[in-house]
Amino acid sequence: MTGNHILASVFIHLFIAIFQLIAWRKTVTQRILSVGGALVGLIIAIVLFQQVYLHGTYTLNAANWAAPFGIVFVADLLSATMVLLTSIAGFSVSIFSSMGISRQRMLYGYFPIFHFLLMGLNGAFLTGDIFNLYVWFEVIIISSFVLMTLGGRKQQLEGAVKYMAMNILASMFFLTGIGILYGITGSLNMADLSTKIQEVENRSLVGITSVFFILGFGIKSAVFPLYFWLPSSYHTPPSAVAATFGGLLTKVGIYAMLRVNSLIFIPDDFTKKLLMTIAVLTILTGAFGALIKTSVRRLFSYLIVCHIGFMVGGIAMFTKAALIGTVFYLIHDIMVKTNMFLIAGLIRQLRGTMSMEKLGGLYREYPKISLLIAIVLFSLVGIPPLSGFWPKIYLFRDSFSQHQYVYIAALIIGSLATLYVIAKMWAEAFWKETPPGITVEDKFGPLPVYRKILLVLPIGILGSVSVYIGINAETIIQVADRIASELIDTSSYIQAVLKK
Amino acid sequence: MELLLIIVLGLLYAGGVYFILRRSMVKLLLGIMLLGSATNILIFVLGSIVKGSPPVIDADHDTFSGIYADPVPQALILTAIVISFALTAFAIVLLKRVYALVQTDDLDNLNTPEEEDI
Repeated sequence: MTGNHILASVFIHLFIAIFQLIAWRKTVTQRILSVGGALVGLIIAIVLFQQVYLHGTYTLNAANWAAPFGIVFVADLLSATMVLLTSIAGFSVSIFSSMGISRQRMLYGYFPIFHFLLMGLNGAFLTGDIFNLYVWFEVIIISSFVLMTLGGRKQQLEGAVKYMAMNILASMFFLTGIGILYGITGSLNMADLSTKIQEVENRSLVGITSVFFILGFGIKSAVFPLYFWLPSSYHTPPSAVAATFGGLLTKVGIYAMLRVNSLIFIPDDFTKKLLMTIAVLTILTGAFGALIKTSVRRLFSYLIVCHIGFMVGGIAMFTKAALIGTVFYLIHDIMVKTNMFLIAGLIRQLRGTMSMEKLGGLYREYPKISLLIAIVLFSLVGIPPLSGFWPKIYLFRDSFSQHQYVYIAALIIGSLATLYVIAKMWAEAFWKETPPGITVEDKFGPLPVYRKILLVLPIGILGSVSVYIGINAETIIQVADRIASELIDTSSYIQAVLKK
Repeated sequence: MELLLIIVLGLLYAGGVYFILRRSMVKLLLGIMLLGSATNILIFVLGSIVKGSPPVIDADHDTFSGIYADPVPQALILTAIVISFALTAFAIVLLKRVYALVQTDDLDNLNTPEEEDI
């Protein structure tokens, strides 16, 4: 089915950003526009998801050039789900930003750039053209560069140099891959590529091209030998920015891997082994890195790396059950990781620091907020029946039937390490008394009530989504099941795009 | 023509890789720029270069006959050039700011220790 409305979730953020540019330096107007616009974006995403769920894949040919000649936008269930998750996360972060971002940063255009970033994310999820995907990636990274450096603190700029260098390099690998792919197939449309790539006789060239894509997406999603930029940059920007980055940016890499590996480079034995090795090492290095960190946000950064490995392992097995696990984990991870960094931001508001050595006494002073945070931490660790538990069942069960015992071991170590560091953080920041000699600068206590609500509400929203995912796991599994079967058997996607 | 471009391409890639492995920030930037140009030429070469056959269909034909110059890679390169121009402009400003703050061009000095976190 064709429908022009699938691009509404892209345009809404474009328009918000343009209106905010007009209201330059009027921070109150920008805040209202941002929260209101993000709410409209969320409603659009819900409608889109519902339509795609009920009626199947929607496509849109840009300027009415029939596929494969023009650029095509495709909203299949995976894309619609990603857009929905982006909108929920974007809405929550936009509420948090209206309080959590300093006025100086807003004056330099925080909100317009934030909405350009969301526009780029939605565009990347909806496009069906591989070069267009590259362009959306560039929209994302240029916006993220600005968000990363906004404010210009020394640490921020140091982190930004590494972030910038690695991300530009990743785009370069991706572009090289696209160039070779166009050279050997003569097409850029992903559905068309899916059929044309099978006719290429020089299979080793196809293999080399797939390595370029793995490298490019690997840097973006921070897998084992390529992840070092992430822990050295994600702890530097303001927490609202880190929440968007941690929740969504690395997951774009995973989404692109899912898309490209299911449509174009269907994993062969070599790719599977390569991805599995990467996955195991990513889990282990991420877990061990998290063990030794004492700053809350540095710890969370390593946990991102660790949990990316879970999903790459699911892609490496490439069976239906493993993909259900991966997609479910992706849904869970976006919600929970966004929330983790918002929590880090809240802790900073409460205590003026994020170092575990200087934290303490939060549970005594703020028992209700601590309880809310505890639920989120539980779902991150995967205590049943919360959301982190269900996808792991699928990953465990399928890796048993695939005889991937090393991956199982890594999954167990990764989960245990997550449990350990979260328990440590809980004990240090919440249960322990404030260490003697530390002066607490509580910025949260004196705030008026509505500002407190603005800071806690987004954590509540994301937390209740996590609880919903956990308790209503059956529905989510049905969605993940349909996405996984569409990824294994792509004929419905190809049919919808090429209209054959 | 293709052979010449391929040699240039190899040189650009080699130079780019050499530069990004250096510790200087300016050389990192130069390396990224060289790799970007190399990638653009790679796309150009892979779009198979032909001389004197523009992608225009004759009046007495309905479809293309024989080989013609493919305009798509050139459109891709144009897009990539514009994007890399913007990224390079940003990178130059960023590196200038970092140099003003840290007073060094050495990438190894960009590590504020964990103890100074907030």
